Amino acid sequence: MDKFTGKIWVLGDDIDTDIIIPTEYLALKTVQDMAPYAFSPLRPELAGQIKEGDIIVAGKNFGCGSSREQAPEIIKALGVKCVIAKSFARIFFRNSINNGLLLIENDRLRDDAKEGDEITVTINESIDYHGNQYPITSLPQNLVDIINAGGLVAAMRKLNGLD
Amino acid sequence: MGMTMAEKIIAAAAGVESVKPGDIHTVELDRLMSNDGTTHLTIDMYNKLKNPRIADVNKLVWIVDHNVPCDSVKTAASHKKMRDFAKEHGIQFYEGEGVCHQVMMEKHVTSGELIFGADSHTCAYGAVGAFGTGVGCTDYLYAMVTGKSWLLVPETLKFRLTGKLNDGVYARDLILSIIGMIGANGANYMAMEFGGEGLKTLNMSDRICICNLCVEAGAKTALMEVDEITLDYLKAHGREPKHNFKSDEDAAFAKVYDIDLSTIKPIVAKPHFVDSVVDAEECAGTHIDEAFLGSCNNGRIEDLRVGAELIKGKKVHPLVRFLVVPASAEVYRQALAEGIIDIFMEAGAIVMNPNCSVCWGSCQGVIGEGETLISTGTRNFKGRAGHKDSFVYLASAATVTASAIKGEITTAENVG
Amino acid sequence: MGSTIIEKIVRNNVGKEVRPGDIVTVNVDRVMIHDIFIPFVASKFEEMGFTKIWDADKAVLIYDHLVPASQVDDTRHFRVGNAFVEKYGMKNIHRADGICHQLMTEAGYVKPGDIVFGTDSHTTTYGCVGAFSSGIGYTEMASILGTGTLWIRVPETIRVNITGKLPENVMAKDIILKLIGDLGADGATYKALEFAGDTVENMTVASRMSMSNMAIEAGAKCALFTPDDKTAEYCGITLTDKERDLTGDADAKYCTVINYRAEDFVPVMACPSNVDNVKPVSELAGKEINQVFIGSCTNGRLEDLMAAAEILKGKHVAPFVKLIVTPASRKIYREAAANGTMAVLAEAGAIITHPSCGLCCGRTGGILTDGETVIATNNRNFLGRMGTSKVNIYLASPKSAAACAIAGKIVSP
Repeated sequence: MDKFTGKIWVLGDDIDTDIIIPTEYLALKTVQDMAPYAFSPLRPELAGQIKEGDIIVAGKNFGCGSSREQAPEIIKALGVKCVIAKSFARIFFRNSINNGLLLIENDRLRDDAKEGDEITVTINESIDYHGNQYPITSLPQNLVDIINAGGLVAAMRKLNGLD
Repeated sequence: MGMTMAEKIIAAAAGVESVKPGDIHTVELDRLMSNDGTTHLTIDMYNKLKNPRIADVNKLVWIVDHNVPCDSVKTAASHKKMRDFAKEHGIQFYEGEGVCHQVMMEKHVTSGELIFGADSHTCAYGAVGAFGTGVGCTDYLYAMVTGKSWLLVPETLKFRLTGKLNDGVYARDLILSIIGMIGANGANYMAMEFGGEGLKTLNMSDRICICNLCVEAGAKTALMEVDEITLDYLKAHGREPKHNFKSDEDAAFAKVYDIDLSTIKPIVAKPHFVDSVVDAEECAGTHIDEAFLGSCNNGRIEDLRVGAELIKGKKVHPLVRFLVVPASAEVYRQALAEGIIDIFMEAGAIVMNPNCSVCWGSCQGVIGEGETLISTGTRNFKGRAGHKDSFVYLASAATVTASAIKGEITTAENVG
Repeated sequence: MGSTIIEKIVRNNVGKEVRPGDIVTVNVDRVMIHDIFIPFVASKFEEMGFTKIWDADKAVLIYDHLVPASQVDDTRHFRVGNAFVEKYGMKNIHRADGICHQLMTEAGYVKPGDIVFGTDSHTTTYGCVGAFSSGIGYTEMASILGTGTLWIRVPETIRVNITGKLPENVMAKDIILKLIGDLGADGATYKALEFAGDTVENMTVASRMSMSNMAIEAGAKCALFTPDDKTAEYCGITLTDKERDLTGDADAKYCTVINYRAEDFVPVMACPSNVDNVKPVSELAGKEINQVFIGSCTNGRLEDLMAAAEILKGKHVAPFVKLIVTPASRKIYREAAANGTMAVLAEAGAIITHPSCGLCCGRTGGILTDGETVIATNNRNFLGRMGTSKVNIYLASPKSAAACAIAGKIVSP
């Protein structure tokens, strides 16, 4: 997946974990059960509109709030390829890495992007939007290791000699 | 021929000399209670009326008690509808004050009144000799708009009580025994009237408990003779009787039962019917996940005292959730002052704000799949307390508390 | 060069000097898991192939979000939790004793200098006793349960100095709200907050807890107070020299230093629907309200209930307004019952619930609907947090909240 193209959904600043998945639905049994309620306080129809391979483009502090790991899991379950935001909250960031959801920080794309447009992402290099290039910074090595292992569960299974 | 209490109350409310079972009369109602279970539906219907009006707003009492504090956006919306309507029309409104029937007993009901409540356990008001009966929201709406309704005069089953309950046996055991004896439809459409020397041994809390549960035998209403205990209770709450009716010597009863209170034993109603009663001993050892001491049936100070005395210095079983829910804010404050709340808190109970709790089974302590609850609530129907595949046993405050300590169904003497 | 508190805690743990940006693996002193996430922790733990907890006594399981259960599947979490405790020999479990963050310090699980992780973002709370504590997801929790370790990036530190005496109706809550407003909801992301100055030295541990609890609302990884005699008394310990040394050195390097004069603080509220949307209460006065919530791990402690009771004594909640009080723990509930606080609150018309997360986690405890306004003492006012997305949530101190409950509208305490 060095390079991919997807349709974008544009969200604002401070998209918190309660917007991504309200507490009301957190005791549902599986992430699949919860997925239809993703983003419901803000845009109830959004979860049904997102298609496999789509990309979320948001403002600053994406994923702020609670430690609920369902937040990145649900975004992934909806088929979202990656989230590009001006910045991410730290717990959400860790949870995403651990679950193999790709996060990309870029502080300009959000302000230029129009919902429904397509962008092309070249991992660890740049984002192409209407021919304009937006740079991507690369991740620290320890995080690359977790992602390369296939997420934290896979890394731990390896540690325990299971895979 | 003479009349029963029920007949006399209806005759007075209908403004006629006498009535007999089977007659249908138009009656003037004294009070109309409605709670958050259905009031939002009543309001919806009211708003569709051509000329909506309220006959006498002073008769209306609206009480939010089923989902308190509010547990979902759905109930929040229905509460708001109720609150806004009450505010707009100047209806007496309570929220968080306690379970509706207990609040009504503490603040409104008096002897000889005829009361409709949009809740089946409205028959509780018979404890002070008031004719209370549960109605649906259509009946409620009609009464709200006209101040009147029609009523089929019920036959009366008379229960003559003698003797005294033994120590460790409670009003709850008595009424469950009676329901077991006559069956869940044993009093369909009928009034259940209680009297006799034995009644004098039962305090007001006992009487409310007994009348409250009569609907589980299908009764339209329950009535108890007015005596000193009734008058003292009313006086203590700043009220006078409206009427003090007694059944005439020659009143006609559909059937008369003589019950010696000393023969009653601790009883448990097994899942999933209230009349599925057995001696508590027979259920001994049944695993429980949750215990509930509360409700309009058994959440009064007397019930909490029974539980507290039993659990003082002991602990709730670690794997049992023991919900203690005072029936009203007044009960809570009294229990707080007596140190009872602290006894339960020290023992590890979950002490909740006054509300219907798990007796209503939609929030505030619901039980999950395959779980078992022992409860002082009113009903043990399948799914009543939460998941459709769960089990509810009904018992007295003592049996429920003892079971909470032991982690399985047991009676008080086994944890003493 | 000197060190900040977080640098010292990490240094003591890994046995070598550390600087911001260093990525190190720490040995974890304690972990906290709550009821919402235990099923996920349990399944990830087993999926990872672990067969024992690295040190079962270091793990604490607390049921608080789902107490009492409001939906029929909620109790499944208790069953899974009970089975996990049994299978892996855990002893530290609280099934109905209060909110996790309150219990972790109150029950003595956290001590100064500890490194603690919890499956809840408000795990930052334990910085009130000088512990480095932070929230993580359930997958990382599962890996800690197996290994006892976690990688962290040593954060930069924002130093907040507060000096002077607070005005009478200003509480610690007003300070932390003001700070979050000034920093912004992401102003401390990836960073540590460090509080100092005589104002915080004079604060109770409970007040410090309100502040460290909310640090996450500015994105902070942790928020730290230097352990002192009050900390020692609260924790029931005698501080060692190492613990007393958990203070920012004069020559420590801070990414930002913020100075406040205590006298300048006024009662504030965080307005809908972001915690950093902070305004003075005086600017909001007059707005009608429907409900008041006093509780949560931010402000459900004895001093909070007493502060509210002082204002409510002899008065009554406004008609058609609900006041819901949810103490943070069983111990607090009992203390408030013993000293008469509960009686005052009950007389004033409060609905007093069992200690739990209650309304703050938005599953029960006073959910609201479109157009309604709630004044709440908890830590979040996110869109939809307490009901529909058209509910207006204002975060305030217990004193401000109590005053609003009486008035039925926003007023200054």
